[in-house]
Amino acid sequence: MYDLIWLLPILPLLSFCILFATGGNLAPRWVTMLGVGSIGIAALIVGVIAWFWLTTGMREPYLYSLGPWMNVAGFTPTFGFYLDGLSLTMLMVVTGVGFLIHVYSSLFMADDLDFSRFFAYMNLFVSAMLVLVLADNLLLLYLGWEGVGLCSYLLVGFWHAKPANGAAARKAFIITRIGDTAMALGLFLLFMHLGTLEIQPMLATASATWQTGDSIPTIAALLLLGGAVGKSAQLPLQTWLPDAMAGPTPVSALIHAATMVTAGVYLIARTHELYLLAPMAQATVAIVGVATLLIAAFTALAQHDIKRILAYSTISQIGYMFLALGVGAWSSAIFHLMTHAFFKALLFLGAGAVIFSLHHEHDIFKMGGLRKKLPVAFWSFLIGSAALTALPFTSGFYSKDAILLAAFEHNPWLYAGGLLGALLTAIYSFRLVFLVFFGDVKTEPSAPAGPRMAVPLIILCFFSVVGGWIHIPVDEVFPVVAGPSHEGPVALITPLIPIVGVLLAYFLFLRRSLDFSGFFGSGLGRNLKAFFFSHWGMDWLYDKVFVVPYTAVARLNQSDAVDLVYEGVANLTSIFHSLIAFTQTGQLRWYAATMVAGLVLLIAIVMGIV
Amino acid sequence: MLVIALIGVLIAGGLIAWLSEGWNRDWPKWVSLVTIFLAAILIVPMFSLQPLVHQPDHSEWLLIYDYPWIPRFGISFLLGLDGLSLLMVALTVFLGLVALISSWDEIDKRPGFFQFNLLWTLAGVVGVFVALDLFLFFFFWEVMLIPMYLLIAIWGHERRAYASMKFFLFTQISGLLMLVSILALVLFAEALTGKLSFNYFDLVDLPLDESLSWWLMLGFFIAFVVKLPGFPFHTWLPDAHTQAPTAASVLLAGILLKTGAYGLIRFTLPLFPGAANDIAHVAMLLGAIGVVYGAIQAFSQDDFKRLVAYSSVSHMGFVLIGIYALQEITLQGSVMQMVAHGISTAALFMIAGALQHRLHTRDMNKMGGLWMDMPRMGAIALFFIVASLGMPGLGNFVGEFLVLMGAFQVDLHIAVFAALGLITAAVYSLIAMQKVFQGTPTQGRSLADFNSREVSTMLLMMIGLTLLGIHPQPVFDMVEPTLRGVFTLTSPAGTWLGVSP
Repeated sequence: MYDLIWLLPILPLLSFCILFATGGNLAPRWVTMLGVGSIGIAALIVGVIAWFWLTTGMREPYLYSLGPWMNVAGFTPTFGFYLDGLSLTMLMVVTGVGFLIHVYSSLFMADDLDFSRFFAYMNLFVSAMLVLVLADNLLLLYLGWEGVGLCSYLLVGFWHAKPANGAAARKAFIITRIGDTAMALGLFLLFMHLGTLEIQPMLATASATWQTGDSIPTIAALLLLGGAVGKSAQLPLQTWLPDAMAGPTPVSALIHAATMVTAGVYLIARTHELYLLAPMAQATVAIVGVATLLIAAFTALAQHDIKRILAYSTISQIGYMFLALGVGAWSSAIFHLMTHAFFKALLFLGAGAVIFSLHHEHDIFKMGGLRKKLPVAFWSFLIGSAALTALPFTSGFYSKDAILLAAFEHNPWLYAGGLLGALLTAIYSFRLVFLVFFGDVKTEPSAPAGPRMAVPLIILCFFSVVGGWIHIPVDEVFPVVAGPSHEGPVALITPLIPIVGVLLAYFLFLRRSLDFSGFFGSGLGRNLKAFFFSHWGMDWLYDKVFVVPYTAVARLNQSDAVDLVYEGVANLTSIFHSLIAFTQTGQLRWYAATMVAGLVLLIAIVMGIV
Repeated sequence: MLVIALIGVLIAGGLIAWLSEGWNRDWPKWVSLVTIFLAAILIVPMFSLQPLVHQPDHSEWLLIYDYPWIPRFGISFLLGLDGLSLLMVALTVFLGLVALISSWDEIDKRPGFFQFNLLWTLAGVVGVFVALDLFLFFFFWEVMLIPMYLLIAIWGHERRAYASMKFFLFTQISGLLMLVSILALVLFAEALTGKLSFNYFDLVDLPLDESLSWWLMLGFFIAFVVKLPGFPFHTWLPDAHTQAPTAASVLLAGILLKTGAYGLIRFTLPLFPGAANDIAHVAMLLGAIGVVYGAIQAFSQDDFKRLVAYSSVSHMGFVLIGIYALQEITLQGSVMQMVAHGISTAALFMIAGALQHRLHTRDMNKMGGLWMDMPRMGAIALFFIVASLGMPGLGNFVGEFLVLMGAFQVDLHIAVFAALGLITAAVYSLIAMQKVFQGTPTQGRSLADFNSREVSTMLLMMIGLTLLGIHPQPVFDMVEPTLRGVFTLTSPAGTWLGVSP
């Protein structure tokens, strides 16, 4: 049964190959059949596998190899797929949410001239993502890892006629490449000391050879973390994600919310034994998480663009996952990964429906009163935002609550940061809901989108509500930690804070009975707002510190200073040439005189006079 | 006889192509095509050759020919084919085909003489890859140089005289150093063994004086590193590439650079294993500098061909690191990188040539939005750009990853520095993609997309790179005996793990 997993990456890959080879000559109906169908079948297979996994007792990790990749000097990676509770959970998210987004896209992108190219890239992405989560060795994982990065580049820059989209795509690829390079170095280090990159044997050897706190596992874990912060848009490599919103909205939902950006979380969870050996690295994960979630939440508060708000909120929510990993709440991290995939995909697709009906309007201040006109989008946003805010009984509540309580057990400061983040989350989420769907109509929407867009939204609404009751099958994967005690004031405050946040948003943005416009009109307030709006000036800083000097140095040396040496030799030669040519006058007198002079000199030297 | 027949076919084909120009100006390219097909047919049976186990001295070789040539000076017509040679010869003929097709409609001036030079370059390169007599090797080294010089000097672009002269001087002067080293080595060997011989097998790993061995090694090293090209001897390359006609660029990048790497593996390391170890650190450092420097230079270029040329400097830096890390895994990685880079860069130069043919410029600032005009070319260019920035699943990744992974165990700092090349490669590659194919298209431009001849050539190369990326094992297996031999000489204490499970 489980050996069907090899089909999962192959099906979308095949579909990609066909779409790529036909190069847009296929009728849209066939493109849809292939592009959506391949993911649909993959989702079906995952469904069957999950059914078996959950109903029968066969929960032993399952390994399926498509064959060796290479065998050189003791380095023997294979195309091996590894199925356990963790990869199964990821498979369900990737194919399930992925399928819904593909269905949605078939309508959203229907008018696009490059319909076929879009689905080709999307299929390639799903294929690479499935390789990433199924890989049994880190080299194959790296293949998927780079593959999803490539697809992200291709899809962010999908509308490539606009140079800004190309710039955003490049930024996404290059910044994540920085992280990927750190990760590659991590692989080198692990291979050097452990002699294999096959994940399970490698981790077993690691636990057997190293003591907790040794320096090598700490460095290796930090290097892998470098890869994770790049892919998952965490501090300090998070600046690419907001720009990546230049891609079509379904892309943002699939790649930049539900799946690819959570790959870093998956990587750390997958190699958690390594992080257990490196408490310093694990603490760094937690600190990165809290810092990122706070910075991004503040930034989200100041944005105008509906997709950028969601992008910063994604960065912030992944920060919670990192926090969970950092405090050892492994399964809570994966749980939040799943619920976040539901509600954030829902929010993005809802935003897509709004943008679709408002003729590509992105500014929330030009929207308003859409509650009645776009009911499906409204309910999607309401439910999605409730889950994002972690209001009680939504899916986000269960996952985020678990993270915050685990953080409290670990360190009250981490908990406080997470709690402040939760408050901010509530404010920016409902700021968005109140501004877009309540109040006066500012832009008249066209008719709401058809069922191929509405049905995925409704399904995601369902999961965003009940997703919290799903028990993800990762008990066998992660070490058992004593569940945090749900008593005392902390257990009460934690769920209360988001409600406070919603109320604040209500008074700020709907009732407008709380008014800070005086403060934000003042010099300090304006600067603060601009500071938050610019994502704490990080783009500016990176531009000044890295981009400008690199470009300047490269430009300065465009004609290659090294060549000056050779040019110098050549010039010197031609100077000597002209000097000697100068003596060649054609006058016999001159030749005779120099010959005699030379002879005299020679004799003088021979006789030792000079 | 196969190898001699192969060289003979290329030489004869070249002469016929030249002559046929007199009858019909369209014939030379067809003669070339037939010649290359014949050459390819000759290569096929070479893949089924078995090692010469009955010759204990040459048990890792597939073929050895030894005919006396100038016995008085110990010079013989000694040719040998092993896995590495065969791989390189096959790549040469394949890229010869690519070069021919890339220039199919491009050459109006003296087409016969053009094909003659093209085929003689191939003949010279094949000779370089199989010659085992040092005198003969040097002879082929020169044979390969002169027709290439003529290709650039006659059919090149606006600054062809400057570029071809620069190419000639760099190669010639460094070749002279090698010649001096060869002669000195042979004479010192005679003093040592009492036998005057240019035979490779007589000269390998002689117990020479340490400092003498160092100086002799340096002559070979510089000649090969100039060809590679390694930093700081790379500056001939951007000029030569930019000015060369498409076919010459394809051959230059695809194959001629590889003769440098081949020479290091075949001659520099085994002839002077001790001295090679002494210079290993410097060579790795030069390689790493080349990786990063080439990438920064590539980023700053406006000329598409110059960009690709500097990217070659960057990628060949990995080869240099891999060879001189002197590890099993890095040697294998270097060979893989040689093959993969040969294919990917040849393809990029073919695209550059196609662009120049259609737009009459190489300036990327005057391009942009070409995907809209030529979607097939855009998609294909994207593939090779992605290959060249080291995407896993394609051959270049395997090479670079193995080199870096092995070098990491030898010298952490150099490996980390060279790994920066992974980032900088992404920067210049994607910028090139942006400037040429993305962005707003110019209105009212009508350009012919790749035709089926070009697409099928590209498709072959795409399949090749993908196969190298997901199933590189045949290449590893093929060159394993050669590399094992080199490794045993340079690292007598090292363990060779091999490729069998």
